[in-house]
Amino acid sequence: MPIITYRQALNDTLGEELKRDPNVLLMGEEIGVFQGSYRITEGLLQEYGPKRVVDTPIAEEGFVGVAIGAAMLGLRPVVEIMTINFILVAIDQVVNHASKIHYMFGGQVRVPLVIRTPSGGTGQLGATHSQSFENWFAYCPGLKVVAPATPYDAKGLLRAAIRDDDPVMFIESLALYDTKGDVPEDNDFVVPIGVAEVKRTGTDVTVISYSRMTAVAMQVAQRMANEGISVEVVDLRSLRPLDRPTIIASVKKTNRAVVIAEDWYSYGVTAEIAATIQEEAFDYLDAPVQRVAGIETPLPYAKDLSAASKPSAHSLIYAIRKVME
Amino acid sequence: MTVSIADLVPGASESGGDLSAATLREMFRFMLLARVLDERMWLLNRAGKAPFVISCQGHEAAQVGAAFALTRGKDFTLPYYRGLATVLVMGMTPTEVMLGLFARATDPSSGGRQMPAHYSHRRLKIITQSSPVGTQIAHAAGVGLAERIKGGDAVVWTSFGEGTTSQGDFHEGINLAAVQQLPVIFQCENNEYAISVPQKQQMAVTSVADRGPAYGIPGISVDGTDVLSVYEVTRRAVERARRGDGSTLIEARVVRLTAHSSDDNDRTYRSQRELKSMRLSDPLARFAAYLHDQDMVSEAEERDLRADVAAEVDAATEAAEQAPMPDPETLHNHVYAL
Repeated sequence: MPIITYRQALNDTLGEELKRDPNVLLMGEEIGVFQGSYRITEGLLQEYGPKRVVDTPIAEEGFVGVAIGAAMLGLRPVVEIMTINFILVAIDQVVNHASKIHYMFGGQVRVPLVIRTPSGGTGQLGATHSQSFENWFAYCPGLKVVAPATPYDAKGLLRAAIRDDDPVMFIESLALYDTKGDVPEDNDFVVPIGVAEVKRTGTDVTVISYSRMTAVAMQVAQRMANEGISVEVVDLRSLRPLDRPTIIASVKKTNRAVVIAEDWYSYGVTAEIAATIQEEAFDYLDAPVQRVAGIETPLPYAKDLSAASKPSAHSLIYAIRKVME
Repeated sequence: MTVSIADLVPGASESGGDLSAATLREMFRFMLLARVLDERMWLLNRAGKAPFVISCQGHEAAQVGAAFALTRGKDFTLPYYRGLATVLVMGMTPTEVMLGLFARATDPSSGGRQMPAHYSHRRLKIITQSSPVGTQIAHAAGVGLAERIKGGDAVVWTSFGEGTTSQGDFHEGINLAAVQQLPVIFQCENNEYAISVPQKQQMAVTSVADRGPAYGIPGISVDGTDVLSVYEVTRRAVERARRGDGSTLIEARVVRLTAHSSDDNDRTYRSQRELKSMRLSDPLARFAAYLHDQDMVSEAEERDLRADVAAEVDAATEAAEQAPMPDPETLHNHVYAL
């Protein structure tokens, strides 16, 4: 399998799906001539033209609404929102429309829409540019939410999302765009939505995560192995539908669990996972479930403050040691 | 500027333009049906049988005139919650409307999932909306975009009140449609109230149509209580859209003859004098008088027509009331397509 970046995996998949299906079109700010703020749509305007790769006005509510209208007629729009922070001005279209039209239409009309957007913070981007809101969307029945951690999953999940008949929030991460990994060349390879993966097997403690924090968990697992602690890493890949059986099977095996996610601690993804473990594997636990998540402040700009506000390898190691006590 | 049909087609207000007498009678029948059906829904609400009613009374001419300029089964409509007359002309039956009001399992819009008056009908190309107002404006642009990509020549018509024009969605949706020259007709039914807030507190322009040129599309204000004027203005907008020249914003000036919905009392925010004078602009009475003058419908024929329509509404009410409720076992249906 070729080794490519996460960015390349996304770019390849968009191009391949544009080629495969004339109903696929891309919409968003700066995705054409500028090739995407993070260059995910590089070369696509040149190859597929302005009718398939549509540069929109700066109007998230408007163009997400336009994409929903087009999806209702059977097109498969893939919308880029520059960062998840900017989706807040379009959240009504996502939550009140994309997620509910199929239902409010009594199942007669589908909304095969994908919204791609990077979430979370890297570097100094400040309070309204570094947030993690995937849990807000994972809360909504009617939406599917996926968050790949590797180039392999980025490709397989994006292809699955574009081919899915429901609206899918496709959560990316700025910090992952340049990471590399094996990606199959097979044009029909997909990663099914709603299926987690054990990315590393272990026997002492399960770390459950997704997206960038899975990458952190994999590094930490390697370090912990040197200290004689065997860490199993469960990568959720999808937040909704959530693959509870894979989480529970792992925790029943290791008897200890740490959940790590980048969003704020209270009411976040880690709370949902911890509650699931409590409900379904309580008798198997040798220690309380530990949660590692964002510090509950607006995201600061100053470098050291910014670093201190986000979960890290350091805070994960601390939690693993605590759960092993 | 407000145009009347006489400005557009000299002599038309006397003759009804190019419409046949049979078509004018059909238009009148739809206006009457919408009125009687709407009045029945209020009675059902007051009798405790319908939790929520929102009205098209006073908007019938604006909706029937516009819908007659569209092609049923071909063109798309995204009406807002006052669009009862629109959806009747586009092909929904009174029974289907009542099935939605009572939220029955066989409600063709949603099987009892969606609120009443948030009309939809897949076969008739009527697309549902949500309660936050104005969101259908962007959807309409998207439907127009998809229609163009698919190579069809259907036109997309969407409606909303003047209150909605304060929303960002109005700006964003119309701007995108204008930039892309999409085949969309935006009909603002201006009844001068956003629930209780009068137009002068909503906008500093006298007409919503003034905003059309700001987007680079025509903005036309029309007397929305005159069904023939609305027909003519819409017919021209449809021709423009179908030949690929883009969108049109139409403001139809109407009256709201009821409270906003069954949940408010407009006597608390409109004067007695205003409520009384509004009745003089009732579009149904206006069209009836015109048809009498033109000897197209006699008073006796009108009485017969009213009796027919009342019987149709009775039958629809009875059929819908007797239809089964949605089974709670189906609660999880339609959350996901797959």
